[in-house]
Amino acid sequence: MSTYNFDYLDELEAEAIHILREVAGQFEKPALLFSGGKDSITLVRLAEKAFRPGKFPFPLVHIDTGHNFEETITYRDKMIERIGERLIVGSVQESINQGKVIEQTGKNASRNALQTVTLLDTIAEHQFDACIGGARRDEEKARAKERIFSVRDEFGQWDPKRQRPELWNIYNGKIHKGENVRVFPISNWTELDVWNYIRREKIELPSIYFSHEREVITRNGQLMAASPFLNMDDEDVVFRKQVRFRTVGDMSCTAAVESEATLIDDIIDEISASKISERGARLDDKVSEAAMEDRKKGGYF
Amino acid sequence: MNILKFFTAGSVDDGKSTLIGRLLYDTDSILADQLEALQSSNRKNDDGTIDLAILTDGLRAEREQGITIDVAYKYFQTEKRKFIIADTPGHIQYTRNMVTGASTANLAIILIDARNGVVEQTIRHSYLVSLLGIKHIVVCINKMDMVNYSEEVYSSIIDKYKVLAQQLKLKDVTYIPVSALKGDNIVQNSVHMDWYNGESLLHFLEQVDTDNLDKSQLARMPVQWVIRPQTDKLHDYRGYAGRVLSGTFKLNDKVTVLPSGASSTIEKIEFFDQLPDAAHAGQSVTIHLKDDVDISRGDTIVNASALPQESKLIEADLCWMDGRALDTSIMYLIQHNSKVTKCKISEILHKVDINTLEKHPADEFKLNDIGRVILKTADALAFDLYDENRANGSAILVDSRTNLTVGALMFRAAVE
Ligand SMILES: Nc1nc2c(ncn2[C@@H]2O[C@H](COP(=O)(O)OP(=O)(O)O)[C@@H](O)[C@H]2O)c(=O)[nH]1
Ligand SMILES: [Mg+2]
Repeated sequence: MSTYNFDYLDELEAEAIHILREVAGQFEKPALLFSGGKDSITLVRLAEKAFRPGKFPFPLVHIDTGHNFEETITYRDKMIERIGERLIVGSVQESINQGKVIEQTGKNASRNALQTVTLLDTIAEHQFDACIGGARRDEEKARAKERIFSVRDEFGQWDPKRQRPELWNIYNGKIHKGENVRVFPISNWTELDVWNYIRREKIELPSIYFSHEREVITRNGQLMAASPFLNMDDEDVVFRKQVRFRTVGDMSCTAAVESEATLIDDIIDEISASKISERGARLDDKVSEAAMEDRKKGGYF
Repeated sequence: MNILKFFTAGSVDDGKSTLIGRLLYDTDSILADQLEALQSSNRKNDDGTIDLAILTDGLRAEREQGITIDVAYKYFQTEKRKFIIADTPGHIQYTRNMVTGASTANLAIILIDARNGVVEQTIRHSYLVSLLGIKHIVVCINKMDMVNYSEEVYSSIIDKYKVLAQQLKLKDVTYIPVSALKGDNIVQNSVHMDWYNGESLLHFLEQVDTDNLDKSQLARMPVQWVIRPQTDKLHDYRGYAGRVLSGTFKLNDKVTVLPSGASSTIEKIEFFDQLPDAAHAGQSVTIHLKDDVDISRGDTIVNASALPQESKLIEADLCWMDGRALDTSIMYLIQHNSKVTKCKISEILHKVDINTLEKHPADEFKLNDIGRVILKTADALAFDLYDENRANGSAILVDSRTNLTVGALMFRAAVE
């Protein structure tokens, strides 16, 4: 009997690879939603482990709010070049130009909510039947309830009361035309698991995840990167601070945290000691107790 | 460090959500902003302390009704282990959600309200635990604070449960008196129950063996995907990608491919940039065979000297999970790992009254019904018995009219 070392990261990794291969096997036109954040970067590594030396059986799809951190886009383009896979960009700006959505106004304006429309349009245009996403159940309590294969209707809506039973490691991806499935291979990972995995795999990340000095303002008690995308006025005082980002989304809704963590080891120490959840740095979740549930019902990731 | 997956079962209000909240709270797993949200919530305990149950009741309807409707997954870790908890609903109408939460667990916590003792739901939940073959069971007698932490109350309840455990052939059962609300014997040992010499719940969970490593000889790997780069450099490359369900495959092992029955030898095992000489249960790998055999998704590679059963007629336990009753006249799809084929339920042998455990003849199967059936599949399945190899002994039924998952199947025998 040979013994082997199969620790928790190996187990989470093997589960995620299994899920990715089920997507490949069960769907005609899957896609991997790539946000440029650490979770979707992790998904890309998992896809490499699932399908190399073959090509990915799906393109990467980036829903671009136009309000990006420059570092994310640079990273994205470099990564696409390295892995040699196809990238499809769905542009929120284009949805605005087409009049499909209307830009929000006011101090807390953000393009985060508008993304859903662009996402659904992109899914419809390319007829994707499965979209792989990097959401995790530890992020938020509505997500804690979602299946790994989460069926959405034609309008992208999640119906939490009618979820399919999901048994053992058997995933039912059967759908009717027009429906699609959101698939979350790293559902069972925590934020710390993702970081430990990134360290173990020596995965490169966009520089904004690490401590750097930048111009910020204070909004609703949080540090926001000063940028043309924030509707700033005279009351907003810009100052410089040593910060990093714990989650990376639209610039208008992603808050920075004060941090000196320049190495991945520092980040892991910081998160282990932290008393604030990752989503605590997202203004989009602060709106109400059911904010995420409502957005998911509306078609959000 | 490894992972223990467990779930909680009990009637409504026995304190499942509170128990999980307590475990998270006392292991310092709740972060400040989540705590702040809890404190500002309207749902409070009678004495004004925060209601830990809202940590898991994540849906609006659940918070409004104060009950758990669907499984919530929670994560925490201690220095010893990582834990994945499924908080499952106790209501009979949500049995299917409980089965969902239980199907991936290796340990069940069954809660009993000390004031009520063993009730109908306890029997039902314990039956489900035995049906699903959950290895370890911890029976927590909860709300001990409401019965003056009485040893007599505790003893009389566990005496009753032991009878049930014997009836259900539950082997590995541990009993712990707790108060989820006050925190007795959850993380710290209680100061109110000197008469209890056992461990706290967390301590027990930290050291129980997880059995994540399957050491059986039943090496099985369903093929999920065939990797064929078809580039000039990798012209003849053909790798079978899948996750080893059970057992171990080693280089040069003789294997059989089912259903074709073709035999070959393992030439190479690949895992991204590594070439390990063995692939073990749980690992997702790519296998290369020496011979050029025709293999596609849905086929299973198995140890040639420990073949699974192969049959088109299978006796199985069925848990029905759809609002639309079973129709024995129509065809369903059965999904057994990566294999999907048509099937019919050709006979209902009996149904189990899950509150009394009595078996009855039946001609209909409705939502949450459980019983024994014979199914007839279009293609033969290569399976093991559920009790011997859970991973290769289970399947789901899909209704091709609605695409919904309508049944959970546990294989009990091949019908000759
Ligand atoms: N006194 C006391 N009350 C408890 C205990 N555990 C839970 N409760 C209360 O019982 C009620 C139901 O608990 P909950 O966790 O929602 O039960 P669930 O339906 O099993 O999830 C709540 O009011 C809890 O505060 C306990 O150990 N002692
Ligand atoms: Mg509950």
